[in-house]
Amino acid sequence: MSDALILSILTIVTASTPLVFAGIGELVVERSGVLNLGVEGMILVGAVSGFALANLSGSATIGVVGACVAGAVLASLFAFLTLNLKSSQVATGLALTIFGAGVSALMGQSYVGIAVGGLPKMNMPGLTDLPVIGPLLFGHDALVYLSFALVASVTWFLRRSRAGLVLRAVGDSHDSAHALGYRVIRVRWGAILFGGACSGLAGAYLSLAYTPMWAENMSAGRGWIALALVVFAVWQPGRLLLGAYIFGGISILQLHIQALGLSVPSQLMSMLPYVVTIIVLVVISRDSARIRRNAPASIGKPFHPTA
Amino acid sequence: MLSPLVKTTRRAVLGLASAVALGALSSVAFAADPVKVGFVYVGPISDHGWTYRHDVGRLAIEEAFGDAVETTYVESVPEGADAERVIRNLASSGHDLIFTTSFGYMNPTIKVARDFPDVKFEHATGYQRADNVSTYSARFYEGRAVLGTMAGMMTESNVIGYIASFPIPEVVRGINAFTIAMRKVNPDAEVKVVWVNTWYDPGKEADAAKTLIDQGADIITQHTDSPAPLQVAQERGVLGFGQASDMQSFAPEAQLTSIIDDWNPYYVARVQAVMDGSWESQDTWTGIDDGMVGFPGYGPAVSEDVQAAAETVKESIVAGTLHPFAGPIVNQAGEVVVEEGETLDDKALLGMNYYVEGVQGSLPK
Amino acid sequence: MSVILERRPTPSGLMGWLAPVLALVMTVAASVLLFLLLGLPAGAALHAFFIEPVSSRYGLAELAVKAAPLIMIGVALSIGFRAQVFNIGAEGQLILGGIAGGAVALALYPVNGWFVLPLMALAGIAGGMGWAAIPALLKTRFGANEILTSLMLTYVAVLLLSYMVTGPLRDPDGFNFPESRLFQSSALLPRILSGTRLHIGFPIAIAIALIGWVFLSRTLLGFALRINGEAPRAARFAGFNSGRLVWVALLIGGGVSGLAGLFEVAGPIGQLLPNISPGYGFTAIIVAFLGRLHPVGVVFAGLVMALSYLGGEAAQITMNLPVAVTGVFQGMLLFFLLAADVLINYRLRWSGKTRSITSSQP
Repeated sequence: MSDALILSILTIVTASTPLVFAGIGELVVERSGVLNLGVEGMILVGAVSGFALANLSGSATIGVVGACVAGAVLASLFAFLTLNLKSSQVATGLALTIFGAGVSALMGQSYVGIAVGGLPKMNMPGLTDLPVIGPLLFGHDALVYLSFALVASVTWFLRRSRAGLVLRAVGDSHDSAHALGYRVIRVRWGAILFGGACSGLAGAYLSLAYTPMWAENMSAGRGWIALALVVFAVWQPGRLLLGAYIFGGISILQLHIQALGLSVPSQLMSMLPYVVTIIVLVVISRDSARIRRNAPASIGKPFHPTA
Repeated sequence: MLSPLVKTTRRAVLGLASAVALGALSSVAFAADPVKVGFVYVGPISDHGWTYRHDVGRLAIEEAFGDAVETTYVESVPEGADAERVIRNLASSGHDLIFTTSFGYMNPTIKVARDFPDVKFEHATGYQRADNVSTYSARFYEGRAVLGTMAGMMTESNVIGYIASFPIPEVVRGINAFTIAMRKVNPDAEVKVVWVNTWYDPGKEADAAKTLIDQGADIITQHTDSPAPLQVAQERGVLGFGQASDMQSFAPEAQLTSIIDDWNPYYVARVQAVMDGSWESQDTWTGIDDGMVGFPGYGPAVSEDVQAAAETVKESIVAGTLHPFAGPIVNQAGEVVVEEGETLDDKALLGMNYYVEGVQGSLPK
Repeated sequence: MSVILERRPTPSGLMGWLAPVLALVMTVAASVLLFLLLGLPAGAALHAFFIEPVSSRYGLAELAVKAAPLIMIGVALSIGFRAQVFNIGAEGQLILGGIAGGAVALALYPVNGWFVLPLMALAGIAGGMGWAAIPALLKTRFGANEILTSLMLTYVAVLLLSYMVTGPLRDPDGFNFPESRLFQSSALLPRILSGTRLHIGFPIAIAIALIGWVFLSRTLLGFALRINGEAPRAARFAGFNSGRLVWVALLIGGGVSGLAGLFEVAGPIGQLLPNISPGYGFTAIIVAFLGRLHPVGVVFAGLVMALSYLGGEAAQITMNLPVAVTGVFQGMLLFFLLAADVLINYRLRWSGKTRSITSSQP
């Protein structure tokens, strides 16, 4: 494996990681039966909070934790409105995106044009220096490992844990779950806060690792891609990871093709990640029984307890 | 407005040296009345790129005239139906001079100007003027020629990576000016271009920089707004050039130099002209000589030879002895498009839509 | 003692009208707080946001110009959302409508005639429908979720427009700049109020809202769409083909969005540009829900939304407020409007009963 290939794979990893974070959070939210379209807003608030805190404290860890908290705080606004006040999930989520973009821009005014060091890359003596697998397996920043750990934990949580079972039950039929005595609203609050924290992490990854800086609207639509990837994943964590890496991979691949000097209009090359995602979705969607099994049946519908 | 989409095109430089419309000596406001100056921006002032530099110019006006001026700006105005309303609202709310700072505002500016003959308009990077509409832009390609010279001397791999935004003449002109200058000092060097189809997306710009480095580029240059490519250069241990601002804080070792958009002197002069009553419609397209295209100091990696060569290019351009598009210019097919001894005129520069020899790949028509 | 929500047996008609008023009052109160926090004169700021944009004939006309696409698309989308078809790619369908309609004008250039605009409108509708047909086909044929396909196709549409105006549809005399030539006069929408940009798109948007209302409440197909959304199984028993309803919902959304796109390029813009919409297709999703998925509600919601954008501009001009404050303000306004709607279906009580959920105790 050539160095260039290894480096290209590392580029794909950085491009895909924020999508994994935001996507895995939204996946849990949707599994609980809630659709939060405010991912983009939460990412931005996470990004600016993470950057500001890392800058003030000098510690990237504090920045990352702060980004999680900030994402969750913004998400709690959504949870209160949709769960307690029964507002429309779709509209509230979109409003959250507008609000988050505004808030992050206000918060970030004094951080534009400032550089921070960024997250250090892992360096395990002996391991990171190994040929090929060294850089591929042991040379990332800590958040990349966290993203994989998060996907694994969520997989375990949804499949094996009791709490995960409750979450899925709530998402599939809130009325039955309520009848069984589960606290629907409480479960969904938890899921939404987790989703917000994950979006915050995605934001921290952007402003501290991917491109260590803050700039207005720096997420540039990645929250929306993450939302689409949850659908792509048919609400399964493993597939979400796959989807994020396909999207990230094609995005980088088309840059490589351009750099080779092909005479194709660049706009058509830039379309590739979107088109390929649609095609792959169509291919995997043929297994429709499986989709029905995973799709949270009560997604987007407000919960009105009757008894 | 709510949109998950990255804004597509904005701005594009131009300046057609054509008839300077005379007349329209301004009716100056009374001395007690401050001159009101309005700005329409395509991005947020905190974009740290294009719009940020225009806002620095606005602040320079405030600094220069103090209480004698009042400035207003509207940020993130989409180039479409909204622009006309914003410009009209500025015109009808007592502004004496309005700067519209993106190419896409051209037709709305002209439309509104027709209805407000007493208000002066300044449209950046367009080609349509009227009695009360001036155009202005910078010859950024002169700066690109300086960068190309440095890159040609400093590259070891003979591959330069160029991150481009949209396939429009301004960007193509920059690529060509860079390449021509580079090949003069290093005929073996080539430019690889990657189009990201955005002016601003730090992540995508960083990805493009990494891709170009992976394909052998040891110097990166960009026609997009964020410092992300330079950050990548710094991290990967290659070199690069800043864009619009001095980006040295993002890449202390990697930044060789930068092209700075400096609108300050022009903006101050135009406000002064309105105050004096000497404002008239004109087309301004200047470069290094007037300081509209500026440079910060050199980075630590730039040797004295290279500095000297870069300074010579700057001086020759200012002196008029060097034109970045002086013939012979050969396109990719090997055809001579400009003969020896001739120079591309402004009109040809304006609409440039082909690559010169030395750029890899071809520009789809 | 805590505040609890108790479900009303039937939605309150009075609250349907009162809730937005209450929301407005709360927005004003919260904004006063926000502006004081930012050290700004609250009265002047609120005046800039709510009054100034509509204090002139020109301002009112601009409100209508801005609201027209939001209302048109909002109505069409609410029909689809009622049927649980989540077309979130109206922006892409709008862009395709603009490209197709604009291409007709440019192909006919410089021909003028009464038939130019109708042809453009047909092309615009066809363009939007064609783009929406892709998610419809992929959904009905392969079961691919329309949320993903319609959203992804929006990005493709944006890039396609960029390609068109830098390539095939570029102004031949425009120095290769990324825009088409200005349309000929008969390719432009007639203005209906002199001295303003108010064009026939606004009355058409109102007409579309009325048609949408009748369609949903009085026609069998409208009924089928509603039933499909509320009780899909019942809809199947009643013999409604859910695949066909997906097609209908997406084609209505696409066709109307395409027409809205054509109205933008043939109305206030007058040519093809790389950006023909500041996100109308997405904002219309909020408008649809803010209007409670009812065509009449959507008209009001569209006007409110349009006002908030115009107000944001006015606040920048008169108060020098950064655009970020506009976003915060807009978000607050929307939150209050959405939250106040709780009063339609619930009433507030001051004590705890079993048939209720407490808001203090999630």
